[in-house]
Amino acid sequence: MIGVGPIAAALLIDPGAHSMFGGASTQASHIEWLYWLIFWICFVVYVLVIAAFTRAGARNYRGDPGMLPVLPKDEAGDRRAGWFVGTAVVVTILTLFFVLVETVITGKKVESATTSKNPVTINVIGHQWWWEVIYPNPQADQTVTTANEIHVPVGKPVVILTNSADVIHSFWPPNINGKRDLLPGYSSAFWFQVDKPGIYRGQCAEFCGLQHAHMGFSIIAESPEQFAQWQQNQVKPAGDPTDPEAQRGKQVFLTHACIMCHTVRGTDAGSRFGPDLTHLASRQMIAAETLPNTRGAVAGWIVDPQRIKPGTQMSPNPLAPDDLQAVITYLQTLQ
Amino acid sequence: MSRCYQFAVLATVALSLSACKRETREFRPVPPAQNVLNTVQVSGLNPGANPVVPPPAPSVYQESAYAVSQGQTLYNQYNCVGCHANGGGGIGPPLMDNNWIYGSEPANVFATIMQGRPNGMPSFRNRIPEYQAWEIVAYVRSLSGLLPKDVAPARSDTMNIKPAPESMPRQTPTGITGATEQSK
Repeated sequence: MIGVGPIAAALLIDPGAHSMFGGASTQASHIEWLYWLIFWICFVVYVLVIAAFTRAGARNYRGDPGMLPVLPKDEAGDRRAGWFVGTAVVVTILTLFFVLVETVITGKKVESATTSKNPVTINVIGHQWWWEVIYPNPQADQTVTTANEIHVPVGKPVVILTNSADVIHSFWPPNINGKRDLLPGYSSAFWFQVDKPGIYRGQCAEFCGLQHAHMGFSIIAESPEQFAQWQQNQVKPAGDPTDPEAQRGKQVFLTHACIMCHTVRGTDAGSRFGPDLTHLASRQMIAAETLPNTRGAVAGWIVDPQRIKPGTQMSPNPLAPDDLQAVITYLQTLQ
Repeated sequence: MSRCYQFAVLATVALSLSACKRETREFRPVPPAQNVLNTVQVSGLNPGANPVVPPPAPSVYQESAYAVSQGQTLYNQYNCVGCHANGGGGIGPPLMDNNWIYGSEPANVFATIMQGRPNGMPSFRNRIPEYQAWEIVAYVRSLSGLLPKDVAPARSDTMNIKPAPESMPRQTPTGITGATEQSK
């Protein structure tokens, strides 16, 4: 759309990692185009209305200031006003119809750009309050399970198959596409193709309980080679740690509450209640994009998650200091 | 008259506030002071049935609808259903009948979860945080109606996927025993 760049700069809009401007995908570009079309129409209407109001307000009636003005009967003026109102109504209807047609066309474009034979298929399952991400494969041991971080290759069609484990969530990566509700027990296909590499933030867009606001995810768009490399690493089960402290941490992990909810493939921990931690250290954030994946943040999260995200399903874990340190060391070996 | 009116307003407010207790939720539970596990006794000194009633358990979990619903979630997530099914039993004994092998008091059930029991019940000590075990206790006791009436939920969480046998529409059998298909 003409003038988008300078206007966006003038309005101090910074197309960041969580913005519908400066779209990173074909779908987002279509949606942004529609946005600016409607914006400019509304802008013109706004200017016209304000101009008409100003003109009417500036009209000067001569007469006694204490009396209400009595307008003389003016048939020619009435007829002119009638024409004016009639034209305005017709123009309004035509404009609204035009916007409707453009909306439908944009919707079709957003959907039709995506009927590809060989998409990257990703299951995204909403949980209170995190995202389970599965790259299914007919071979069970080639399936990748991770959480809150969706890696996609640039320039390839991607289809997200949505689902929810508890309540209705909504998947919304504004740089990439619109919103799609995640309904429990009902899967729907959500297509997009990212054209620009980068890290884009997404957010749950349907109120889903106490920590709805802290239910973020990120889409990491990278070159197909990097994506293949990432996938290859994620498929591997967790190795046995060599460091003695990490080995102790593994024992603590397997004998405390961690094992009741989390999976670390390659160990006895196999519960699906919480996020899969097999490659936790390869992720940039923890707790659904709430904290950075650092030693301190992980410690705080393990000991008292209810302080950071009150109501979250993870229970407080008052581990002994030595045990806590060992567990974190173990978690950091899970590359 | 106005005094009477004031009294009515105050009484209404007090009543509505008292109803909130049922929904109390505690996200950062204080660690329990007394160690229940060391005081619960599965049997008395003499052989045979001579039950020892354990000391009263923290009642906050037995009187909170939130605790019961959390307990139900955990009952599923921690795979209690794997052996006890949804109360009807399977590998493990049923939980919705009136037979309590190791006692029906909250502290008894708590000790059973934490210590494990012979013939299969694993011990969840250290695995399940104590407050969550108490929530599971509340749910287990709700299965056989041992909770106060205002705490147990009046509806089940899941949809009835089929009507009761009484209201099932009558169907005509087909196949080898059905006469209709062959007569066509």
